[in-house]
Amino acid sequence: MTTDASLAGAPTGRSWGDPAFAGIVRACGLVVLLLIGGIIAVMLAGGRQAFSTFGWGFLSSSAWNPVLDHYGALTAVFGTVVTAAIGLVVAVPLAFGVAFCLTEMAPAWLSGPLGIAVELLAAVPSIIFGMWGFFVIVPVMAHDIQPPLIHTLGHVRLLHPFFSGAPFGTGLLTAGLILAVMVTPFIAAVMRDVFNSMPPVLKESAYGLGSTRWDVMRQVVLPWSRTAVIGGIMLGLGRALGETMAVTFVIGNTNRISASLFSPGNTIASLIALEFPESPAGSLKLSALLALGFILMVISFVTLACSRLLLRAGRTARH
Amino acid sequence: MSATAAMKAPTRDLGLLRRRRAADMVATVLCFAATLVVLAALASILWTLVANGIGGLTLRTLTRVTAPAGGNGGLLNPLVGSVIQVALATLLGTPIGLLAGIYLAEYGTGSAVANAVRFVSDMLLSAPSILVGLFVYLVLVAPFHHFSGWAGVVALAILVVPIVVRTSEDMLRLVPLSMREAAAALGAPHWKVVLLVCVRAARRGMMTGVLLAVARISGETAPLLFTSLGNLNWSLSLNRSMASLPVTIYQYAGSPADDWVQLAWTAALLITVGVLLINIAARLGLRGGDR
Repeated sequence: MTTDASLAGAPTGRSWGDPAFAGIVRACGLVVLLLIGGIIAVMLAGGRQAFSTFGWGFLSSSAWNPVLDHYGALTAVFGTVVTAAIGLVVAVPLAFGVAFCLTEMAPAWLSGPLGIAVELLAAVPSIIFGMWGFFVIVPVMAHDIQPPLIHTLGHVRLLHPFFSGAPFGTGLLTAGLILAVMVTPFIAAVMRDVFNSMPPVLKESAYGLGSTRWDVMRQVVLPWSRTAVIGGIMLGLGRALGETMAVTFVIGNTNRISASLFSPGNTIASLIALEFPESPAGSLKLSALLALGFILMVISFVTLACSRLLLRAGRTARH
Repeated sequence: MSATAAMKAPTRDLGLLRRRRAADMVATVLCFAATLVVLAALASILWTLVANGIGGLTLRTLTRVTAPAGGNGGLLNPLVGSVIQVALATLLGTPIGLLAGIYLAEYGTGSAVANAVRFVSDMLLSAPSILVGLFVYLVLVAPFHHFSGWAGVVALAILVVPIVVRTSEDMLRLVPLSMREAAAALGAPHWKVVLLVCVRAARRGMMTGVLLAVARISGETAPLLFTSLGNLNWSLSLNRSMASLPVTIYQYAGSPADDWVQLAWTAALLITVGVLLINIAARLGLRGGDR
């Protein structure tokens, strides 16, 4: 009888425990969905005042005039795109070099510590990059890099607009270079994982045919891992677009669009960080900043979504 | 005819081989140079921090409250503020992240909702942290008309969640199916299988995720600028604006006062060393767990 009772009791105990736990974990999963939905809705609501005041003109206007209370997003979007582009142009070759070194060239005893060093670079807080950029890179740019570039490339006819201006040390190029150092470890980590997950037999057969390491990388590894590598680059782009503190220190904080790589500018994130303290609650300026935040969110979420889809496509193609 | 072809072939092949070897050589050198550049950047950052920050790292700096420029201030309130906010944010974000990770690994296989959660969580992982700051500002600061430590805690907790979700799901997926089957065969209900068997087996890896999250939020500045704002006076109240090391660095680094810049360097050294040590510890722990 007692065994019957305990047997009869067991399913009832089970029947509420399982659904309850399943409910709790599912609720926590839904919190993540609610979070992103909340972020999108709240940012849109915060920027509503600016969007309704300026309409679509907000996107195409390069004005940023707190005195006349007239604001536009174009300058900041321009700065964001240009710095992120410079960052990627520099970061992609660096990251590829690091990943190639880690997976193909370095002996086992070296690739472990080397990998950790690269991961540590990814862990350095962005404000530290900002300080390092401001106190170390800006003086180097101002004294050793920008003046020679202005004197040489600045006199070439077609390149003149890109390399003119005063060598302040700050500006779009400096911000782009710091972004490059920041996102390189992220791209390199993805590339390394993708290269490592390749079935060795493919590489071995290429080596068996007499290929050099570079032949294998060019003709076998890269074509095979292309989708995921592009996903990794998009991931780096997503990071570079939204980076705040590192850029804020070195961008120069000027609301102006100029072709010159040395000209100071602003990115969306740096403009928000710099102007927020001077934007009283409820003002049109604050709403304009929030609207900029919404634009940044759209840009970076689209980039990151593409990155995830590419990385996932690369993974399923491989299995 | 065939004899001439046989004589020509080796020379042509040698040229091709030489070209391929040269390309390999160039690629090797360039990739090696790229790695050196990245390592040099890391070395330069660490060297700059140590060279500028170590001088200010005295007991007085660590035990005194921030003061006006020239006033012999220290870093006590930012230090305490950072520890409080990071600790509370970890306590708040970790359970949600762990449970969501459990959901993805144990309950959500193949479900559309779980796929959406995974996708969104991975996106949040790399989303600009300044957006999280603005979001929390609009939700927890603007309606109450004052900045607060709690708002900073919530902003950091939002950053913790996706990191913990990712590592806990990954770690749970490494637990062999046979362990789950063995527990289920003994009559354990699903929730007991998950909590007492799977989570236990993956405990070490999940702790690593929490450590990495702590390291990440310890250095975050942008989400705190609009939420806990920073506070140059001694305050332990989470209902008022609260100091933190990263925001103090931001406020001090650009100032013309030499002693403030010195404090910024010292704070930067403290944070970086802390973050890197936590990272190394997490990775060593993870490696130990694999064995």
